[in-house]
Amino acid sequence: MNWTLALPEIVLAVIGLAILVFGVLRKQDNVLLCTMLAIGGFLVAGVLVLNGGQGVGFNGQFIADPFANFNKVLILLGASLAAILSLDFNEKQGIGRFEFPVLLLFATVGMMIMVSASNLMTLYLGLELQSLSLYVLAAFARDDLRSSEAGLKYFVLGGLASGLLLYGISLVYGFSGTMDFAKLASLLTSPEMASPGLIVGLVFVLVGLAFKVSAVPFHMWTPDVYEGAPTSVTAFFATAPKVAAMGLLLRVMSSPFGHLVTAWHSLIVMLAIGSMVLGAFAAIGQSNIKRLMAYSSIGHMGFALAGLSIGNADGVRGVLVYMAIYVVMTAGTFACIIAMRRQGRAVEQISDLAGLGSNDPFLAMLLAGFMFSLAGIPLMAGFFAKLYVLLAAVEGGSWSLAVVGVLSSVVGAFYYIRIIKVMYFDPPAGAFDQRAPSLSFVAGATGLFTVLFFLFPSPVVDAANFAAQSIFR
Amino acid sequence: MMTVGLGHYLVVSAILLVLGIFGIFLNRKNVIVILMAIELILLSVNLNFVAFSAALGDLAGQIMAMLVLTVAAAEAAIGLAIVVIYFRNRGSIQVEDVNLMKG
Repeated sequence: MNWTLALPEIVLAVIGLAILVFGVLRKQDNVLLCTMLAIGGFLVAGVLVLNGGQGVGFNGQFIADPFANFNKVLILLGASLAAILSLDFNEKQGIGRFEFPVLLLFATVGMMIMVSASNLMTLYLGLELQSLSLYVLAAFARDDLRSSEAGLKYFVLGGLASGLLLYGISLVYGFSGTMDFAKLASLLTSPEMASPGLIVGLVFVLVGLAFKVSAVPFHMWTPDVYEGAPTSVTAFFATAPKVAAMGLLLRVMSSPFGHLVTAWHSLIVMLAIGSMVLGAFAAIGQSNIKRLMAYSSIGHMGFALAGLSIGNADGVRGVLVYMAIYVVMTAGTFACIIAMRRQGRAVEQISDLAGLGSNDPFLAMLLAGFMFSLAGIPLMAGFFAKLYVLLAAVEGGSWSLAVVGVLSSVVGAFYYIRIIKVMYFDPPAGAFDQRAPSLSFVAGATGLFTVLFFLFPSPVVDAANFAAQSIFR
Repeated sequence: MMTVGLGHYLVVSAILLVLGIFGIFLNRKNVIVILMAIELILLSVNLNFVAFSAALGDLAGQIMAMLVLTVAAAEAAIGLAIVVIYFRNRGSIQVEDVNLMKG
């Protein structure tokens, strides 16, 4: 029993409770202060994660290893960026309430528990703490019909996904006798050891997690929730929870069920190919930029799943690099989307971007950079993300995945570049309002990372490599 | 005289699971019914856990069942809260009215 391993989560949860009490007792307008405290909490947790010990704690329920730490740093980064983005947007939308950073914080604690789970019980605990906070966040603009509808849809489909995941966990438990990852790994050393009931359980677990990463065919909630939720919430949905769910999927598939690759390989390949193709084609007809980003994130999750399907450390390294770059460029894109505001009203149609190139060259240049990066144009960070995954796929012999990946990113480039065409070559549609410095800061910092990643890829790639090795001991 | 074994429990719980899933997808009437269907799924899972726990002689399954019960209560509370704010904005909780955004 070594509770100090969970110190970052414990500290973050205590800070969350403290902010909640503080916000309730202090009657004045205290959104800015609470958000700053939450961001401070993320920073403290980040420092604790980087300096924390490693090992297994809580009688095998909780594991702190380089893989968990890598994902936790990414989650904290995504959550901090989303918190900064929410400051300006929530205030202007009239939903600036101090519960927002508190919910963000609790969701982050849940995600950190998810990536540190080494038992199916901890996995479920973290997943539900995350999901319950996210349901409330999706419906956060409670006077807005679209937001409450998004919350309702997310709740129903999220509840279904948790139910299926849980049914899978019960079958895995029943047919193996344990929920511990290490014991499962030592029981299931070859595909013949797995009984049919256990394979059915594994498939249910996979379906539940595929819902959470919004892989095709379990993606139907994503576009509606992304469109309906307030943009600051969408920015959060698109970054940190995706990292957490993908980290969880990586650990579950590699550590307890790592020797059953033959059983789950073809399923993951189907999810990956479906997501990549749908992400490329379904986004073409969209006119709402948040909906477009939803299909874009489905496509990106397809690439990450392609890395997972290879089932070796190279593939996992590819996925981790992919998620790191994805978080940064998505947060930057949402900073630009939040800056889309005309006469005090948030606008979110792609046609509203017309003429941005002459009205606001700085924002247009940044958004163009993010679009090139999301499309995977060489020298942008997004290109290297795809490169590492596809390289691992080719070396692992999955040529079909690599071919589908390249073709779908060619199709996907069409709609990303269409946005650039609208910004620079369509007749101007009126300037946007002056944007807040916080938005310029997030967009500028993430833009710099996206453009300059090719000069210094080694810190991220080395950390991902180290993390990937740690779950393939 | 037939004895009730693990298999019977598993069959009942599988039937409950299928009923829950169909309750979500085939239901065209009321959002409250969907909430009940989600609870049904969680109950089928609990039945599974307790049956396996008794058959294996291992307590972990029963602990998990308690955890699931607790989480189900929290989930129902949040679900009902979301339904209430939806009803305030829309004035209806018919499933066919939840169609502002086409997915």
